Amino acid sequence: MSALLKYLVPFALGVAVLAAWQGLVRFYQVPVYLLPAPSDVWAAFVASFPELMSALWVTLRIVVAAFVIAAVSGVFWAILFAQSRVVEMALYPYAVALQVTPVVAIAPLIVILVGFDRIDLALLIIAWIVAFFPILANTTIGLRSADSNLTDLFRLYGASRWQILWRLQLPSALPYLLGALKVSGGLSLIGVIVAEFVAGTGTDTGLGWTITQAMRNLEIAKMFAALGLLALFGIALFAALSALEFALLHKWHESALKKQGGEFSSG
Amino acid sequence: MTSMNKAFLLSLSAVSKRFENGTQALAGLNLDVADGEFLSLVGPSGCGKSTALRLIAGLIAPDGGTVRFAPAKPETAFVFQEPTLMPWANVLTNARLALDLEGVRRGEAEQRAAEALKRVGLGGFEHAFPRELSGGMKMRVSIARAVAAKPKLLLMDEPFAALDELARQSLNDDLLTLWREDGLTVIFVTHSVYESAYLSTRVAVMSSRPGHIAAEIALEQQATRDESYRLTPQFSDAARRISAVLKESAV
Repeated sequence: MSALLKYLVPFALGVAVLAAWQGLVRFYQVPVYLLPAPSDVWAAFVASFPELMSALWVTLRIVVAAFVIAAVSGVFWAILFAQSRVVEMALYPYAVALQVTPVVAIAPLIVILVGFDRIDLALLIIAWIVAFFPILANTTIGLRSADSNLTDLFRLYGASRWQILWRLQLPSALPYLLGALKVSGGLSLIGVIVAEFVAGTGTDTGLGWTITQAMRNLEIAKMFAALGLLALFGIALFAALSALEFALLHKWHESALKKQGGEFSSG
Repeated sequence: MTSMNKAFLLSLSAVSKRFENGTQALAGLNLDVADGEFLSLVGPSGCGKSTALRLIAGLIAPDGGTVRFAPAKPETAFVFQEPTLMPWANVLTNARLALDLEGVRRGEAEQRAAEALKRVGLGGFEHAFPRELSGGMKMRVSIARAVAAKPKLLLMDEPFAALDELARQSLNDDLLTLWREDGLTVIFVTHSVYESAYLSTRVAVMSSRPGHIAAEIALEQQATRDESYRLTPQFSDAARRISAVLKESAV
């Protein structure tokens, strides 16, 4: 299948669905407060453009910040876990507890603890909670998955802990970490939106709040516009992380290699 | 024990090793290795050959007995059955590993690694990644990595077992060249009678349950061994002797 076709097919499908949506809504004269036509959504998007953009900016900032903090702290703790079984034994159950407790349930507590005057910080913490664990769990496994013979070889050559970590364990963990980043990117977005739903308005207004407000005012077209923007943002985040993954892995990792037609020699 | 002209390099006496699962891998293992010899450890699978090699490398400690070096543990390299390369690093970086870990300056390390790669016939492949190489070529990188740091002692754990016959024979010859040129001491674990007969100056046959040395066979030291050696009476005689002892000890 050619590269052009790969993009053309889903694009054509999208256009067809939008056209059918537009046609059906107009044909059956569905009221705009139930299901707006794509043209209504577009009109709402253009009309509320400055408001939507500023809301996107608020959400985006927190998502990216929470994601980066989750990535850095997740890798940091994974390294500690990989260095010491005792540290892992002591802390892992709590990391799991943090993960399995539904974030919607913790969110109000965090908002109260942090205070309504610092909603941004509350959103950041909530998004961090959901994005942190996949990075911690996967990176820990990745660090431990270093080839045992290679580890022996490093020891034989008198490698320090630091050399083993930097030259062997971290590169071995890289595919696991990058997989986790793709999951956590989406999760931090979900985390911020859920937190906005729970927290209500803060000093700034993000996309999550825009959506709840639009729903209350029955501005369904604007709600769709905000939803579309969220989806685009999520896709862009995923695409950026996939590009990062490809850049770092395509030269050596199986997951990024093209299948060589029926060739077994490269075992 | 055969008389050796050369100095003794390492000595295992009454070594025993039990694994955590309770298996007695080695018991009463005695083995002296002379400087500069090419010693093959031959035996059925599960007889503790690899365990003995890892003990010598210092990767595991014996439960009983001693592993002594004279005078001190020499610079040691290890080649596994798998090439065991870092997939994320190119051939040159893989070959540089021991030098990098020892803190050799980058420029010098690269030069020495490139030299080692040339010696195993991989000149020009410095920037290839392991996945782009055949099994035999990967094993050559593994050997280049081992000799790049100019070790005194080279430990090899069935390094060519997974290769096809042609690649194996060609690697056998290259290994003999490296052994001669660098004055290496090689301890070579194999289950192939013919490989041990071709390569070694001495063969130690191991017997299992628990692993110990059942017999030692000194082979004639020929100045050069090449393909034609495989057709000589000395070679078939050596193979026959190893085979006989192996069968005896397996009963």
